[in-house]
Amino acid sequence: MSETAQAPLRTEDITVNVGPQHPSTHGVLRFVVTLEGETIRECVPHIGYLHSSLEKIAETLRFGQYITNTDRFDYLNGLGNELCYVQAVERLLGVEPPPRTQFIRTLMAELKRISSHLVYLGTYGNDTGAVTVFLHAFRERELLMNMFEAVTGGRLLYNYLRIGGLRNDLPTGFDEQVCSFLEHFPPRLEEMNDLLTKNRIFIARTRGVGLLTAEQALSYGVTGPTLRGCGVSYDMRKLRPYAAYDQVEFDVPTFPEGDCLARHLVRMEEMRQSLRIVRQLLDKMPDGEVQADVPRRLKPEPGEVYERVESPRGELGCYLVSDGSDKPYRMHWRGPSFYNLQALPEMVRGGLVADFIATLGSLDPVAPDIDR
Amino acid sequence: MASSLVHTILSTIRIWAENLAGRWGIPPLFVSILAWIAAFVFVIVLVLLMVLLAVYLERKVSGYIQSRLGPMRVGPIGLFQTPMDALKILSKEDIVPRGADKIMHTIGPVFFFVAVVIGYVVIPWDHGAIAARVVDLNIGILLIVAVSSLGLLGIMVGGWGSNNKWSLLGAMRAVAQMISYEVALLLAIVCVVVQAGSMSLSVITADQSGTLLEWNILRWWLWPALLLYAIASIAESKRVPFDIPEAESELVAGYHTEYSGMKFGFFFLGEYAHLFIIALIGAVLFLGGWQSPLPASVADPIPGFVWLMGKALAIIVVTMWIRWTLPRLRVDQLMEFAWKGLVPLGFVAIMVTGLAVALGLGGGGM
Repeated sequence: MSETAQAPLRTEDITVNVGPQHPSTHGVLRFVVTLEGETIRECVPHIGYLHSSLEKIAETLRFGQYITNTDRFDYLNGLGNELCYVQAVERLLGVEPPPRTQFIRTLMAELKRISSHLVYLGTYGNDTGAVTVFLHAFRERELLMNMFEAVTGGRLLYNYLRIGGLRNDLPTGFDEQVCSFLEHFPPRLEEMNDLLTKNRIFIARTRGVGLLTAEQALSYGVTGPTLRGCGVSYDMRKLRPYAAYDQVEFDVPTFPEGDCLARHLVRMEEMRQSLRIVRQLLDKMPDGEVQADVPRRLKPEPGEVYERVESPRGELGCYLVSDGSDKPYRMHWRGPSFYNLQALPEMVRGGLVADFIATLGSLDPVAPDIDR
Repeated sequence: MASSLVHTILSTIRIWAENLAGRWGIPPLFVSILAWIAAFVFVIVLVLLMVLLAVYLERKVSGYIQSRLGPMRVGPIGLFQTPMDALKILSKEDIVPRGADKIMHTIGPVFFFVAVVIGYVVIPWDHGAIAARVVDLNIGILLIVAVSSLGLLGIMVGGWGSNNKWSLLGAMRAVAQMISYEVALLLAIVCVVVQAGSMSLSVITADQSGTLLEWNILRWWLWPALLLYAIASIAESKRVPFDIPEAESELVAGYHTEYSGMKFGFFFLGEYAHLFIIALIGAVLFLGGWQSPLPASVADPIPGFVWLMGKALAIIVVTMWIRWTLPRLRVDQLMEFAWKGLVPLGFVAIMVTGLAVALGLGGGGM
């Protein structure tokens, strides 16, 4: 050892780009992350890579023409987005869709919720290093995709809902398809639950990681499973029942911890609740028409409306302003992923790189839903 | 007695070389050197074949676990898929990123691969003559451990020389992880060495000769060491749940992010070669090496070479099963597990083994 006093080792923070091309950013998302070793000092989301002017496009299209665009921003919840938009226009017009339509819309939205949570489950397994869950989740999702294809003809983009109704009624044999899914899926869900949720390593990776308090969550406008994972029971389906949600019984699962594990458990439980809703809807499904009488040319009275539905990611809002013409004067989407993402820097600061990935995955963001 | 396959191959090479030398009048020293080179070529070919086998196996096992088929199109049940991929990787462009240290970037993967391959020379493939392995060192196991830690240098150099922050992070993680788990691995190996009384892999194998009950896996005082070896060896080969140096979802591809073509191929080969050698050592240390589990009275038609490979493959399938089932640990949890869990367990294992040997339960080779 030399006697001369050595200067202390100089250390430097490193700045890395997570994205826009990165295996775990769930689409084209970019974060500039400042690291001190493995510890995250700062995280700045850079968004806008998938901005597609959906709000401006709405101003150039007649009310009925825009429906096909709603599938495209939160592509995991296509039918749910259509539901939100269609309900907004219906409120603007004062149209009441027939009861069968309401049931079918609810049914499709709930199936879509299961399918979206399955994508979450698979990708979250991937984010935490358990690759196999992904394939098992997508195998089950395939059954749901087949159902959507049978009803709407599309597997991802549907264009199925209409102002005041639906494009077509359910096909024959659809009941059996759903029933066989209801029978087949719960044990598979529990199997995946055993594989991932009950794994000690998975729990160690998610418990106490990405902490968010209820106050923080509310101040950032966080909604959906992320907010319910902070112990706040906030669900549009219960608070302001729309479609046929007032006809069915279900629970809103909440977990108070506010960490990644709580958010994961909320989603797992939501899938079970959705199955419960689907079962009740099938039992109570009324007969009748699926399309209300609406004028060919839709010209709502001047006015504005804000319609909210519960998407798998949180509160999805559609704000429409009509100036009395056949096109909206202004439209705005409240994409839940955008608001949920704002809380991310708060949640990951001081954590490790691995925590950042686990936290981002637990928000279940959909990149076009952030940018719209 | 079944003929020693490896022995035959190696002595054929030697005889061929000597004949050739006699005909051409080459001095004997030169012949020895040539024979050594031939032996090394043999080892490399062996390693490559094993890697092909392991990669194919990985694809099939993961396919089975993920309810799909795995490769099916190239050749019967997809057997030629891996060789074709190996050919493809040779034809790929070699990209060195701007600002990378070209020399470091090149020697990294080569260093890693060579360090792993050297370990193969001391594996006793079969019974009988000394030539059943390429070299019979009396410190064989020590050589393997020492050389495979050198491979770390290859990872560090490659990660550092890539001029990529993900690579650097991956390399740092790899170094931290492998040094920690090497300690645990060594403690496990020490137990077996105490039991056999030698660091030579042939003596360790011989210590387990006789009936199945003599295998180290069935000697209860070595069970802590077995557990330790099982965990630490998976961590050493950087596989799930300890794959944080590569951690695809976090670090893109870790230390080999910036590698393409055959340079990446060397990392890839080295990784699977490492997996195989870890399994081979596991088979030698705990499963009786090349020895047959059949009782001595039954004539065993299967050569010892096949037994050893079979045991190693069984170990590999188990590690693949683990890999495709478990999530990944976080870097701090990983270090905590090594130093607070495995290292103390290692000391317990050594004490248990030492006591058992001192009380005359074990210690065949002493």
